[in-house]
Amino acid sequence: MTAPMLEIRNLRTEFATDAGRVTVIDEVSFTLNRGQVLGLVGESGSGKSVTGFSIMGLIDPPGQVSGGQILFKGEDLRTLPEPRMRALRGNRIAMIFQDPAMTLNPVLRIDTQMIETILAHEKVSKTVARDRARDALGMVGIPSPEERLRAYPHQFSGGMRQRVAIAIALLHRPDLIIADEPTTALDVTIQAQILAVVQRLARDHGTGLIWITHDLSVIAGLADRVAVMYAGRIVEHGDVDTVIRTPRHPYTHGLIGSLPSRNPRGQHLKQITGTTPAIAALPQGCAFRPRCARATEACLAAPPVTQTEGRLLRCFHPVTEGEAA
Amino acid sequence: MTPRIEITHVSKRFSRKSELVERLAERAGLKAPKPVVHALDDVSLTVGSGEVVGIVGESGCGKSTLGRIVAGILDASAGEIRYKGQTLAEMPDRQAAQARLDVQMIFQDPSSSLNPRHRVDEIVGAAALRHGKTTRAGLADYVAEQMRRAGLDPAMSRRFPHQFSGGQRQRIGIARALAVQPDMLICDESVASLDVSIQAQILNLFMDLRRDLNLTYMFISHDLSVVEHISDRVVVMYLGRIVEEAPVAELFAHPAHPYTRALLQEIPQLDTKRRHYAPIKGEIPSPLAPPSGCHFHPRCPLAMPRCALERPELRQIGPAHRSACHLND
Repeated sequence: MTAPMLEIRNLRTEFATDAGRVTVIDEVSFTLNRGQVLGLVGESGSGKSVTGFSIMGLIDPPGQVSGGQILFKGEDLRTLPEPRMRALRGNRIAMIFQDPAMTLNPVLRIDTQMIETILAHEKVSKTVARDRARDALGMVGIPSPEERLRAYPHQFSGGMRQRVAIAIALLHRPDLIIADEPTTALDVTIQAQILAVVQRLARDHGTGLIWITHDLSVIAGLADRVAVMYAGRIVEHGDVDTVIRTPRHPYTHGLIGSLPSRNPRGQHLKQITGTTPAIAALPQGCAFRPRCARATEACLAAPPVTQTEGRLLRCFHPVTEGEAA
Repeated sequence: MTPRIEITHVSKRFSRKSELVERLAERAGLKAPKPVVHALDDVSLTVGSGEVVGIVGESGCGKSTLGRIVAGILDASAGEIRYKGQTLAEMPDRQAAQARLDVQMIFQDPSSSLNPRHRVDEIVGAAALRHGKTTRAGLADYVAEQMRRAGLDPAMSRRFPHQFSGGQRQRIGIARALAVQPDMLICDESVASLDVSIQAQILNLFMDLRRDLNLTYMFISHDLSVVEHISDRVVVMYLGRIVEEAPVAELFAHPAHPYTRALLQEIPQLDTKRRHYAPIKGEIPSPLAPPSGCHFHPRCPLAMPRCALERPELRQIGPAHRSACHLND
């Protein structure tokens, strides 16, 4: 069977506000295979987190997934009744949040929380569940896991708490993990440790990973493919090396060009002018148009989606190879 | 030439206040040791006039405490700081007040460092008016000038902070600092909470201001690539101590301290496709109970028995290059 593990088709999520319905993400499509890592990159308000929450079925009113398909192993998650979705969530599909405090209950010991998670989906004895929990802690690199099981979340450091959150996500060996900025709040040396863990996971267990972040450098070392989001749409999507080496969408191009490591030391950084537009008042046509140096009259219409050599692009005037950064 | 800032043997210890029982016990001659955090442990550093010194390190390394002490927000527990050759205590009151005003701080989170109930013109103008940098009659023009310099449209001066985006709010913080005409800025993670495309804009602003106003900077950040870009000299800290210090090109080309090397290796790079992370082991220890000898020894791949016993001196190992490691011997 060659069908991808996850296929997203034209996903759209809207929020009802006082000013009417606001489309937060639209026309989001991508696929993910077993063991593959997809980097979902964008700035604040680009819709990257909403995409993750939409797949998990965690969009609550006033928000609503209002269009498209989320095919997980061929089944559309949007049409699943809530009890079936609940059986999948935390079991076959897991999520890791930026703030592990969102996953962990501060007044329960780690073992209580982990055993509860296992028993929610499987009928096993408490002893078996406890052993599984201990092994999961060991797998994410927590020293002396047997003793640490009896600790409370506040007894762990930030990096350790995030490891516990990852261990909980791993308990059922999910097929898919959606990680929303899981290392953003961590120190560099701790981030590297966490990245090593998830990398091994994808490689050894075939777990598919969606890694949501604003940090392109993290994606460069971790992901196989990258999707760059701007104002709720994927503007460029392709193989991670190709996109980073030769970005073709003016936004990706500008973003990479503005990184300090891409500019001579002490010189002015190349910058994208202006700020991200409010999602409720997007410019007509291409949302990046007011900030784009290449924009023309044509950009007042919605830009076409082109697909060349495995790269998806949403732009009238893509940067050509010759002028690459 | 007299350095702009000269920090010698500065330490900062934080401890909690004694509780009643403890005070009584102390009075009775029974002394229980209280937990003390050594946020800064014998730090010496100079910042030249017009220089940009980057301070890098992970959580708990003392970089923010150092910035706050230099800005005069915190007092040092030991050691002294000379501002253009003099300590604040040596100066007459007026001069000391001016010396404090000359060093301004830009904070990480503009939404918590701006009063949400004040309009931008009040935020930017209040201190300038109080310190006589402008008159009440000239205030509006003065505020407009500060806003323009920080890249804000003066027409927005009657708005509240929440009506601005994150990058613009950071610009308000910059305009406020510039309004009292400092010659030195201490930037504590000032671009850390901004989006990448906005971060570049603010870094460019800092570089323009340096050129136009001949500012001196202490640039505190955990982000090595930002520090590399903007600094002349870089200081690396770990658990309250300076472990290495060198001109920027030298530090990134020839890092000497094992911690600096580890740090440089761990930063994800855009261009080197690294499929395998080989992270340094272990957690950052608690500053309440730092390891003996060299603070880095439990995590150091090159540690020797001596490292657990003896604190390595910060010593000269090349022109303007200092490192604190026993391997330098």
